[in-house]
Amino acid sequence: MQKSVTLAMGNGGIENRELIEKIVFRHLKNSFLQNAEDGTVLGDVKNAVFTTDSFTITPLFFKGGDIGKLSVAGACNDLAMMGAKPLFLTLGFIIEEGFGLRDFERIVRSIKKELSINEAFIVAGDTKVVPKGSCDGIYINVSAIGERLREFTQKKIEPNDKILISGDIARHGASIFAGREGIELENEIESDCSSLWVVVKELIESGLNIKALRDATRGGVAAVLNEWAIDRELCFEIEEAKIPLRDEVRGICEILGFDPLILANEGTFVAVVGEEDDEKVLEILRKFNKNAQIIGEVTKEYPKRVLLKSEWGTRRFLDMPSGEILPRIC
Amino acid sequence: MELRDFYEKFRDPETIKALAKEIEKESEKLNGVINIMEVCGGHTHTIMKYGLLQLLPENIDFIHGPGCPVCIMPKERIDHAYILAMQKDTILCTLGDMIKVPGSKGSLQDARSKGADVRFVYSPMDVLKIATENPDRKVIFFAIGFETTTPMTAALLEQVIKRDLKNVLFHINHVTVAEVMRELIDSRDEHIDSYNNRIDAFLGPSHVSVIAGSRIYEEFPKKYNRPVVVAGFEPVDVMEGVLMTVRQFVENRCEVEIQYKRSVTREGNKKAWEMIERYFEKRDLFKWRGLGNIPKSAWKLKDEFSRYDAEKVYDLPKEEIEDHKLCICGDILRGMAKPTECQVFGTACTPFKPLGSCMVSSEGACAAYYKYGNLL
Repeated sequence: MQKSVTLAMGNGGIENRELIEKIVFRHLKNSFLQNAEDGTVLGDVKNAVFTTDSFTITPLFFKGGDIGKLSVAGACNDLAMMGAKPLFLTLGFIIEEGFGLRDFERIVRSIKKELSINEAFIVAGDTKVVPKGSCDGIYINVSAIGERLREFTQKKIEPNDKILISGDIARHGASIFAGREGIELENEIESDCSSLWVVVKELIESGLNIKALRDATRGGVAAVLNEWAIDRELCFEIEEAKIPLRDEVRGICEILGFDPLILANEGTFVAVVGEEDDEKVLEILRKFNKNAQIIGEVTKEYPKRVLLKSEWGTRRFLDMPSGEILPRIC
Repeated sequence: MELRDFYEKFRDPETIKALAKEIEKESEKLNGVINIMEVCGGHTHTIMKYGLLQLLPENIDFIHGPGCPVCIMPKERIDHAYILAMQKDTILCTLGDMIKVPGSKGSLQDARSKGADVRFVYSPMDVLKIATENPDRKVIFFAIGFETTTPMTAALLEQVIKRDLKNVLFHINHVTVAEVMRELIDSRDEHIDSYNNRIDAFLGPSHVSVIAGSRIYEEFPKKYNRPVVVAGFEPVDVMEGVLMTVRQFVENRCEVEIQYKRSVTREGNKKAWEMIERYFEKRDLFKWRGLGNIPKSAWKLKDEFSRYDAEKVYDLPKEEIEDHKLCICGDILRGMAKPTECQVFGTACTPFKPLGSCMVSSEGACAAYYKYGNLL
């Protein structure tokens, strides 16, 4: 077998079959894929929740993960945030001609590992190869179905609810930017990329009054809070100093001129919880990440806005992020 | 020393609160109001982001100045960037925010979506690498900024000459801070009402003075009776700068003082200054968006470096493009109006579709009011 992906491997013929058999099936095969037919019969799924997401990232391999881990964790996390147990996933690869087969296999292995954490299966897939230059290495699309066990929804958010964060923020965004800019730090930043089903499972089993969960991916914590504030026509009041941030992440943001609140996370979520249960939920979150924190509460003061309060008694709005993330000049 | 040592103590809540208290105490001794212009957009950003206005007594107010190199760029020059970016086999490099500012043809982001190769660089020196890796393409550096970034552009040109790189060109938009300050309080243009400006004192940008020294501000206390305090960009710096300004009024002094002693001297960085003067000379006039033409307020490449000058190599349009009639940026910059007094603020003019200079970048006064809410 050749060392890199060729256009012939996407042709549906012998080479295509070989790529799938030798790499994809070898790691991901299960009773659903075994049939290798045009579609897969899933049987009954109760309270089915369905989601899809596409993944493109530079660099493909980063400290704390790679595009394979990211795509499975990302799609499964969307289900978990809805209170759903991830069950079945589809996997679509778009690969650039000339992409290294060893890299491809490394990505497939990460996918396998992340699937087992979520106790989920790949039930259908597709591989396309495009000419060199028409895509950046590899793109992955994942669609996922889960069974909803608890109804977490922003529709339940009310005034006086407490706002919690499951861990320190901006690690994924900071690690990607540092990687792209070639910034070397003494303590390299590791992305927070991880599957959240394990945490969510325990939250569901606790039976506590949890209203809504949202993973703070693109747009960061700022986007999640603003989306909720706008949808519920309520004010999200946050105490800025309570938002957990690691020193090295803050350092990168200082050097590059970024606001950590708009940088992406891939394994950190915001939760809104009835005020009576905030400490109990925090206790569960801290079992998984000791940096989890209660960061604020929901009020009616400025409907549809997020309010940041400083330690010296001043207040300002936190806006919805917009445009590209660009550093300030001087 | 750790990275956090560079900012942590300058954001200490207790220090900020103590300074606020001290300013309040001192300001009780004042007769009337002091309007302090923070010249630099970096200061505006700090004031709004950290909510410092909310900590100040009623008789101290800020006027947000023109010190944001992206905001003051006239539309016709943004068009130059767009036109240059759209040239065949060309890579246009510039700094951060510049990419999203719209000219009459669109922004550099729009140019990129139409196929132009536009890159933002952290340091002008990154241009060297891009030029070496792309010997068959022209690499144009669209240079912006005050005295802070000018020496880096000069250093880039020095390297380009030294390495004999034939594919690098410059479009120079470097501006100077003292000339625009003077324009605000003493305009030569008889159509401009600078006589009624409400600026009582200046908070001088510290990064500019790291290069140019604090001496560039000496004319303001001497000739115009406006004290200047050169202050850093962290909230503690700004609060301390305000306190020093208030004390000058209370004690009846009027002088240039340095708050940012950790990097600023009277003379500045002589080497960097020599570098600027080796490659650049002053333009007779330079148009500032919102303020009009200001004499000797910007640099251009000296004639002997014409072959590196994109303004000379390419035939770029010279016509001026005016801002919307309802825009009152000039009055805002002279302290005669607040952003919220503008008819189009937040309606026709937003950061997504700026009509005037103050809404253009996050460092402009209107954009900062829009983004952070100016809560009191």
